[in-house]
Amino acid sequence: MEEFTKKYWKDYQKEIADDNFYYERSCIRQSFFPGSEAAFLKILRDILGKNIIDDPNQHTCTGIGYHSDIVPFDTTMTVVARIFSLMKDHGVNNFIPSCVTSFGIFNEVVETWNHSPEEYEKTKLFLKQATGRDFEIPQNISHASDIIYKYRKELKEKMPYRLVNRNTGKPLRVVEHIGCHYSKLFAKKSEGGMEFPKVLVGMIEEWGGEVIDYPERRHCCGFGFRQYLVMANRGYSVANTKKKFESMQPYKPDFIVANCPGCTMFMDRWQYTIAEMEGKTYDDNKMGIPVLTYEEMAGLLLGFNPWDLGLQLHQVQVEPLLDKIGIPYDPKDKYVGKSGNFLGEPEKPENLVTVYGK
Amino acid sequence: MENKKTVLVIGAGPAGISAAKSLANDNISVTVLEKEDTFGGNINNWAKLFPNFKDAGEVKSSLIQNFVNNQNIKIVYNKKVTELKKHNQKWIANTSDGEVFESDAAILSTGFKVFDAQYKEELGYGIYPNVITSVEFEKMYKNGKILTVQGSVPKKIAFLNCVGSRDEKVGNHYCSRICCIAAVKQAIEFKELYPQSEAFIFYMDIRMAGQFYEELYRKSQEKHGVVYIRGRISETSSTIDKKVQIKAEDTLAATPLRMTVDMLVLMIGVEASKSTTILSKQNNIDGPYGFAKSKDIHTADNYSNENGLFLAGSCKRPLTLTETIADGKSAAISVVEYLKQTK
Repeated sequence: MEEFTKKYWKDYQKEIADDNFYYERSCIRQSFFPGSEAAFLKILRDILGKNIIDDPNQHTCTGIGYHSDIVPFDTTMTVVARIFSLMKDHGVNNFIPSCVTSFGIFNEVVETWNHSPEEYEKTKLFLKQATGRDFEIPQNISHASDIIYKYRKELKEKMPYRLVNRNTGKPLRVVEHIGCHYSKLFAKKSEGGMEFPKVLVGMIEEWGGEVIDYPERRHCCGFGFRQYLVMANRGYSVANTKKKFESMQPYKPDFIVANCPGCTMFMDRWQYTIAEMEGKTYDDNKMGIPVLTYEEMAGLLLGFNPWDLGLQLHQVQVEPLLDKIGIPYDPKDKYVGKSGNFLGEPEKPENLVTVYGK
Repeated sequence: MENKKTVLVIGAGPAGISAAKSLANDNISVTVLEKEDTFGGNINNWAKLFPNFKDAGEVKSSLIQNFVNNQNIKIVYNKKVTELKKHNQKWIANTSDGEVFESDAAILSTGFKVFDAQYKEELGYGIYPNVITSVEFEKMYKNGKILTVQGSVPKKIAFLNCVGSRDEKVGNHYCSRICCIAAVKQAIEFKELYPQSEAFIFYMDIRMAGQFYEELYRKSQEKHGVVYIRGRISETSSTIDKKVQIKAEDTLAATPLRMTVDMLVLMIGVEASKSTTILSKQNNIDGPYGFAKSKDIHTADNYSNENGLFLAGSCKRPLTLTETIADGKSAAISVVEYLKQTK
């Protein structure tokens, strides 16, 4: 496999900018995994020394509304143009969306403009009429995970930890999951192509882990806008995620990592749901398989405090994983807020085993 | 003594062999330039031929009678023609090792190559070892066994038609014509070897246009129990025990389908060979998909728009072996007509 995938990946090497970025945050990640975006900014600014704009004026890309048929494409293009106009205000031209859905939206809009100049002209007019603003198409659009992938070797040098089980010395076995809109819309805009993207594989392997190639690796995480947003369809969402868990279970993964807000959320939260619905978990200890964002994975290996990374907000508890890697943490700080006050423990699930509420 | 007319035949596959023999019979001096170190072209990849399971070696032996030791035919191996051009009413072929050949007419019989299945990334060829091509199946069958990479007899095998044919994604809109019947043949061969195993064929349409093809298709179902599923495979992956998991849509049942098989055979399509494309372009006779373009598909199919340059076999389009051999003879007749006119 290695020889072929090397050859294959050669065809999907994209250009990733190296500095002066405009960061487009995700609408939902800040609620689900609130430490991830802060960790990304910290990694770029403090560790890699990059210039990255975190603009308080930024706004939605319309992704969820667009994929739910609520927002028409003309509106999406105009809203995207406004974000690009904000980037122009800051004098940078490399655009980094945090969200995979947004990454798909920005690429779709720019591709539309490239292929249909009349749409580009129309959008310019709409934006001008609505806001009086002008915009420029970014020189480079890379997903935030592309940036971490690009600098994986530099980051490795700063990492005190590796994706290695400290008790056995063996690589941790990792399930990686790529958001559909990262590579399935525009394979050439991904790192590694549509079928076997390398963006997370590259990080995992560089940092000492072993990637699991399980049968449902490329299957949907279960988010799928229409599966989840329409309440009547939510059974499909759980069913899809369940299919993935059943497929990966025999490989005994140590954890799952994803580069998409929805994927990370659903693969984490649905483990709770399935455990509560059916009493079923997919690990040996009935605690579930920890699910990390790639920033959390990088942050942990770089020695960031797990609670500053927001890992206490995960449904599946991460402590067993931290213990495997040998990352120190203080259980007493887990539910202490920024103010220093104890926030209280969350309600304990019926079936999913946790390390709190004992 | 009358000067013998000379013809260059580029490619010693079935079309080239057939054309050369016919020309030699007309006392024309033929030089056959073959890029490989042997003759036969793609026929060498086959064990048995559809629709009658005739041994491909026997057909080849029959084909080369009066070819190898024919005093009017000179076969030159390991000669890759890199340039073919007309100069002063002569056809000049330059080879990669710097040799030059000259003749009164030339026949392009550069044949086809098979589609590189790695381009269909989702099918996992080159990644999952139990995903093989129809050419590899044929080689295994020649050795008498179809075995998985683990060395076991496949209990379940699937064949997928139209890999690299009728596929917009890879830019090949055309039908390769031979894959449907080849899948039927290979499925029967598999079932004859291992009657207890199961064989499935995934297809878009089953195109059984040749004589006895439809009968063979029926026999594969009635006698051998081959199961046909209308739908393309969208994704393959490996299970923990190295089987191949398939995802497809059964379009007759209107349902998605997931199946695990021990081996998946990709029925790879026919593409223009590299030499076909290069030499056609040099002479402005390049047609769609890199094949050579004939002067008129109905009335002058062996002629090209270049006087004295003729086309034989599957350098024009996908053809069966039967058609290819006949087309080689037909090209020879066209060459003779031309040479008579240019006396």
